[in-house]
Amino acid sequence: MQNDIGASSLKKKQKVPLKIQLKNGLGRLAYGSALPILAVLLALLAGAVMLLLLKANPLEAYSALIIGVFGSVSGLTQALVKATPLLLVGLGICIAFRASVINIGAEGQIILGAVMGTWFALIFRTWPGWLLIPTTILAGFVAGAAWGFVPGILKARFNVNEILSTVMMNAIALQLMNLLIRGPLIDPAGVTAGTYLAQSERLPEQVWLARLVPQTLLHSGLIIAIVLAFLVYIFLWRTTIGYRIRAVGLNPDASRYAGISVPVYQALSLTLAGGFAGLAGVIEVIGVQHRLLEGITSGYGFSGIVAALFGGLHPIGLIPASVLFGGLLVGADKMQRAVQVPSALVDSILGLIVLFVVGSAYLSQRWAARRRIAAIKSIEPIQSAQVKQ
Amino acid sequence: MNELLSTSIFIGILASAIRLATPYLYASIGEAFAQTSGVVNLGVDGIMLVGGFSGFYVAMISGNLWLGLLAAMLAGLLMGLLMSFISVTLKAEQGISGIGLYMFGLGLSSLLFKTMIGTVKTIDGFAPVRIPLLGNIPVVGEIMFNQSLLVYGAFLLVPVAWWVLEKTTLGLKIKSVGQNPAAADTLGVSVDKIRYFSVCLGSVLAGLAGASLSLSLVNLFQENLTAGQGFIAVALVYFGGWRPLGILGGALLFSTVNALQLWMQVLGVNIESDVMVMLPYLLTIAALAIAVNRTRQPAALNKPFERGEN
Repeated sequence: MQNDIGASSLKKKQKVPLKIQLKNGLGRLAYGSALPILAVLLALLAGAVMLLLLKANPLEAYSALIIGVFGSVSGLTQALVKATPLLLVGLGICIAFRASVINIGAEGQIILGAVMGTWFALIFRTWPGWLLIPTTILAGFVAGAAWGFVPGILKARFNVNEILSTVMMNAIALQLMNLLIRGPLIDPAGVTAGTYLAQSERLPEQVWLARLVPQTLLHSGLIIAIVLAFLVYIFLWRTTIGYRIRAVGLNPDASRYAGISVPVYQALSLTLAGGFAGLAGVIEVIGVQHRLLEGITSGYGFSGIVAALFGGLHPIGLIPASVLFGGLLVGADKMQRAVQVPSALVDSILGLIVLFVVGSAYLSQRWAARRRIAAIKSIEPIQSAQVKQ
Repeated sequence: MNELLSTSIFIGILASAIRLATPYLYASIGEAFAQTSGVVNLGVDGIMLVGGFSGFYVAMISGNLWLGLLAAMLAGLLMGLLMSFISVTLKAEQGISGIGLYMFGLGLSSLLFKTMIGTVKTIDGFAPVRIPLLGNIPVVGEIMFNQSLLVYGAFLLVPVAWWVLEKTTLGLKIKSVGQNPAAADTLGVSVDKIRYFSVCLGSVLAGLAGASLSLSLVNLFQENLTAGQGFIAVALVYFGGWRPLGILGGALLFSTVNALQLWMQVLGVNIESDVMVMLPYLLTIAALAIAVNRTRQPAALNKPFERGEN
């Protein structure tokens, strides 16, 4: 096809990004779109088998789950309440994954956001709401970002596996919260009453987020999260920094060649991921609980990963994905009450969904590659002409 | 602090350290096999939980500890098959697959625990066996040769793993598949088969690691019994430079810190216990940052192999 050597070597170079897309597991994940639904169905099927083995009726259990969410306004609003932290955590996971960095540290980052947000709001409790709310949220973001920065810089400077370091940071954050919630942050009322409950003092009312639907827990944090989803989309696809983050994830070698510092952008993406998880933590505090409690993360750090994968690692795709998984979490509680199946069933189903989504990504990628190769063969001359420009 | 230095406490701490190294050793040596073949299995913690539950449940029902061990290994094998299928056959991104496996194992073990056992129960686990002669050596005998069979097994695993990896054809195949799968494939070594074998072997050992907790160290099962020990075990593989002997060193370092922490709590040394609990995790991060000898890392680690793509 090509006669002169220069052009053929150029053509080889042109082919590289395609090949990298095929091989890069994380890049691959961003492309499968239809199969995640299949993966969820498969995981639910596996859950049904588990239910049968536990001598429970899968139909009864799953219908309790679905009716629990969609059967009432309260079920639906609860799903949206849970969707809010999932969306925020998921946005961070998206940014990290786009740079080919896996952030397992959201649990710890949520904790840091919640702890520092609480602390901040309690210290500056006299501030008016219009000032206290944004600054408290900012405090949560910064604390989470700092917790993400540590594994980020460790990866950039010492090539420390971020999965392991973020898992360790989770454990450290948990102990840190235990320490603070029983020490400096403990509710003085609990101390005087002698109960020593492991929770903080209630936050001043002006920092509470407004309720969207009266008599429910649904708060304006949901709107903040949705707006942020669009901002993250613009950030990743319409700004230079966002472009570089994605470039680093898609093809680190080409990025390095183009003068983009891969470690810097990976560390940055982990820091941002931490910030978003921190937001989830502080918004959970000022939106739902109004104080710091043990178990404030509710496992959102892990279920957020599932939502992010299901949402195709895309900020906008994450919005429906978060609602779906928020619903699944609410339904799990309802199912536990209705048919006495522990909600841990849904935890294991979430794990299976992750396995099946990442497993199916390869298949869908292979099918896509087959189509793409066929397409490239048909436009070969046009492409080599473009390369010469 | 005077108390801390007395001989009996010294013996106590070191004997605990040897004991507490057991789950790390099984899990890390297992993970070393998987990683040497090029697969990072981050689901170790989940496998340990499922293994720990299965072992405990079967031992409790049957009254036979050995049957429990067998069940734990079988559970590990099944989890290993799942992980290999996803990461080898479907060539999924290994990091996230491992996290998926962890979440699955954590959820499944909690589910089974709540439905089949309900509340925390204890059993009589493997009792310490004093080795004749060696066990009579003062101090050393008390520390090293008065332990349960599972503890001896873990320490014996170190030379065995070294021998398999360094001196057998199988070990050579595992290493070649982890270093240069394309070349190994050309020479007729089945990359997929060797990786399946290594991941499954690692998972069986992770199952044993879980059982060593529930049947020998704490003699009970509860939700999230491992509390992240599986992740520390993965970190120990990096720390030990993918060599059984290095892993042994790392496992002993960690278990000594754990033992010190436990004993300081028992002795009521005035240090906030939450700070002490943080120590192993901080140490893990520090160890990952400082001690990793990257030159020994298998070249194809974390890279799915596809014929004709490399």
